[in-house]
Amino acid sequence: MAEFKVAPADAALGTKLMTWVDNRFPATKLYKEHLSEYYAPKNFNFWYFFGSLAMVVLVIQIVTGIFLVMHYKPDAALAFASVEYIMRDVPWGWLVRYMHSTGASAFFIVVYLHMFRGMLYGSYRKPRELIWIFGCAIFLCLMGEAFFGYLLPWGQMSYWGAQVIVNLFAAVPFVGPDLALLIRGDYVVSDATLNRFFSFHVIALPLVLLGLVAAHIIALHEVGSNNPDGVEIKAKKDAAGRPLDGIPFHPYYTVHDILGVAVFLFLFSAVIFFAPEMGGYFLEYNNFIPADPLKTPAHIAPVWYFTPYYSMLRATTDDLVNVFVGLTALAAVGALLKVRAGALVKGGIVVAGLVAIVLLKTFDAKFWGVVVMGGAVVIMFFLPWLDHSPAKSIRYRPSWHKIMYGIFAVVMVVLGYLGTQPPSPIFTLVSQVGTVFYFGFFLLMPWWSQIGEFKPVPDRVTFQPH
Amino acid sequence: MSDAAVDQSRRTWIAITCGAGAVGGVATAVPFVSTFTPSERAKAAGAPVQADIGGLQPGEKLTVEWRGKPVWIVRRTPEQLEALKLNDALVADPNSERKPSELTPDYARNEYRSRKPEFLVVVGICSHLGCSPSDRFQPGAQPSLPDDWHGGFLCPCHGSTFDMAGRVFKNKPAPDNLEVPPYMFLSDTSILIGVDKQA
Repeated sequence: MAEFKVAPADAALGTKLMTWVDNRFPATKLYKEHLSEYYAPKNFNFWYFFGSLAMVVLVIQIVTGIFLVMHYKPDAALAFASVEYIMRDVPWGWLVRYMHSTGASAFFIVVYLHMFRGMLYGSYRKPRELIWIFGCAIFLCLMGEAFFGYLLPWGQMSYWGAQVIVNLFAAVPFVGPDLALLIRGDYVVSDATLNRFFSFHVIALPLVLLGLVAAHIIALHEVGSNNPDGVEIKAKKDAAGRPLDGIPFHPYYTVHDILGVAVFLFLFSAVIFFAPEMGGYFLEYNNFIPADPLKTPAHIAPVWYFTPYYSMLRATTDDLVNVFVGLTALAAVGALLKVRAGALVKGGIVVAGLVAIVLLKTFDAKFWGVVVMGGAVVIMFFLPWLDHSPAKSIRYRPSWHKIMYGIFAVVMVVLGYLGTQPPSPIFTLVSQVGTVFYFGFFLLMPWWSQIGEFKPVPDRVTFQPH
Repeated sequence: MSDAAVDQSRRTWIAITCGAGAVGGVATAVPFVSTFTPSERAKAAGAPVQADIGGLQPGEKLTVEWRGKPVWIVRRTPEQLEALKLNDALVADPNSERKPSELTPDYARNEYRSRKPEFLVVVGICSHLGCSPSDRFQPGAQPSLPDDWHGGFLCPCHGSTFDMAGRVFKNKPAPDNLEVPPYMFLSDTSILIGVDKQA
């Protein structure tokens, strides 16, 4: 507990006021800890804009969301018309709505780049595992927000997208159908579903999201930011205990980030005013048709930010499950030959492999598709423990690791593209290869991340003043 | 930390209090979770639906809504019925043996999956993830379909295909055939969906 301070009698009024406040609420302490005396590495590059941009987009979504709720009606009979009412009759309603719908896509662009930054520079490595885990939870929450929010306009894509995703849960063995019933609250996607999704979208998930964002930042400010060199700036401090390579977040990075925000707002406005539908990628054309429970649109695809995972779902056919069986057998045999252990452990490996194969063949490919889709997101949580590379940053890792991350990015883009396309045998094959690569990239990372010639990591960050 | 010995009886009471609190918490959660289940109104909905099939020509399809789902009534042509046999080796469950109690009532467990060979009655919801497949009655090669296509349905979502008896083809995401709802013919031109026994 802080001592009760008394401002000198001749102090300025402002000083007296802050003393009064600080005796009751740690305002100055918080300001120093998180802004004026929070030391961030001075060598941040372009990739480091996306954290602050994610905060900006979060604020945009909350503010525009509040105004949209004032005009929107969460009722299956009225929802579609109320969105059109916002677009046509509410003064400037179209702008608020386009800000919100474009904001959803912007959120994912910014977050995907923010996550890729973390992967490139090893920002999830010890001691930043919890920052990464909170971040992955935020990502999961965002996916939920996007999914629940997408039902609200009650268009054809809203309806059939929700139908498909809710039915994913029905694929869970034994409890699946009851679980899907519990989510829908009816035997089909209906008014009951719309109402609860509205509640999740506007209150339940935003509360969780805000809590997670707070946890993400508190954890970040506890350990300090990573940087493109992956060097711990806290290891070298001056006499006053300030990191030699750190600069106060305010004013240096606040000003720096304002530049990023300005550029972002240019691009964001350009989309809102000139391409709010983004050729059907941000707002799908079929969603301008009211929901019809009797007719699925000829081509349905989720919004672009879900399509990589959607491709993986579609790629999981009986053939791919057979490939998984083969890979499991291969992994088990490999482990038997490579691992030096007692008979008990080896027996355990054989049993585990056999159980996995029996399970793979017992349940439908449909269920495994759901597992693949969920696993693709869940595997991200384990990244801090999968990466065994001696160097954190890609700068000091072998050149071929850069190629691996390059291929990873390309695979995600290709899977994303395929997810928007109608199914075809060739596309299915390509997405199957992509799916196997995605999981191989993560599951084999403990092995491949140690291979190659690592460059020496410097003691201090590399930085040229300009 | 104090050096005093731990008072075990206090520990016991703390454990009991926490346990009782947890029981209360779980009990309070029950009504909240229960609100997620279908309401009495939703349960009460779902009366049988009558459809007039007098005007349905061979090769045509009629869609009626039953319990919020599309039910298709297709009047199959003799060629379409004939082609079903060619699919027997290509479909996953040719004799409707999987989950018979849920998917195929006794009277539809035959080569046509229907009461009357001519009329196919199925719930038009794909057994994969609940999309409604689209009609692809035209035989022959076409996009997203095999070259030896004899007519049937294609699910736009994930590419599952079904033949003119609603049987799913092998190695597709959908695990099961289209569901045959309970139904009965009231007359030659009238069909009742949702009930299959005379009251």
